[in-house]
Amino acid sequence: MMEIGLGHYLTVAAILFTLGILGIFLNRKNVIIILMSIELMLLAVNINLVSFSVYLGDLVGQAFALFVLTVAAAEAAVGLAILVVYFRNRGNIGVEDINLMKG
Amino acid sequence: MIIHAITFYTFATVILVSGFMVIAARNPVHSVLFLILAFFNGAGLFVLLGAEFLAMILVIVYVGAVAVLFLFVVMMLDIDFTQMREGFLHYLPVGALVGLVVLVELVLVVGQASVDLSAVVHAAHPTPDLSVRSNTAALGDFLYTDFVYFFQAAGLILLVAMIGAIVLTLRHRPGVRRQVIADQVGRKREEGVEIVSVKPGQGL
Repeated sequence: MMEIGLGHYLTVAAILFTLGILGIFLNRKNVIIILMSIELMLLAVNINLVSFSVYLGDLVGQAFALFVLTVAAAEAAVGLAILVVYFRNRGNIGVEDINLMKG
Repeated sequence: MIIHAITFYTFATVILVSGFMVIAARNPVHSVLFLILAFFNGAGLFVLLGAEFLAMILVIVYVGAVAVLFLFVVMMLDIDFTQMREGFLHYLPVGALVGLVVLVELVLVVGQASVDLSAVVHAAHPTPDLSVRSNTAALGDFLYTDFVYFFQAAGLILLVAMIGAIVLTLRHRPGVRRQVIADQVGRKREEGVEIVSVKPGQGL
């Protein structure tokens, strides 16, 4: 219990990932919360990558975490930009009408 | 060792509670603030693991840029958030079911898997001893050499995302008189100056 090992970090990451999935399901109508849940899931993945990298003594895992971070930042920027444009056109951000973006 | 355990459990508890509050808070602004708290505690876990460069990157990129971007959007869009929460209880059973299934699966995997940490001898880039090379320097050592193409690709992704976000949100309002440099430079003398011969004693 007092000896913190790989399993502790993996458990935290697993619970955090599950919270992200739960957030996507519970807040089906709110795109902003869905985007935040995705960020939570990516954070959980990063914790997994970094803890494996540290406990296996291989630095490549941290490089992958860096790339995941990059993609997450890009995804958040583009997602929020789409959200802003959608709100400008529709006046709300209801997910149920979002298939109108198919054109 | 006790200090290490206490620190870990503090960070882990706070990150999980704030992660729960992100999805459960009534006000989206509170959600964003709890997201920031979760990122800070994630950075704390990274420091505890010895990955201090990623911890700092997490604070700078996520807290400094992404979370503030979320905060801007939440505050900028004038949305009735109470109506958005309508389906919350409706989706709770299926959401809880899926969450439970995923959690049980993950715990089974984590519990079953036996990673023999001592067996790893073929690390592509073994972590150097902290007294020899710091985490940041060691990461840079191979990020700029072996991983340089991936590094450039990451930069390209950020560039494309930046251009995409600008193009998406840029709008030309009709009726706004903008400065057009080309028109100014391309003006001829004939368009701007008119010579009028005024007869004496008369106005124009």
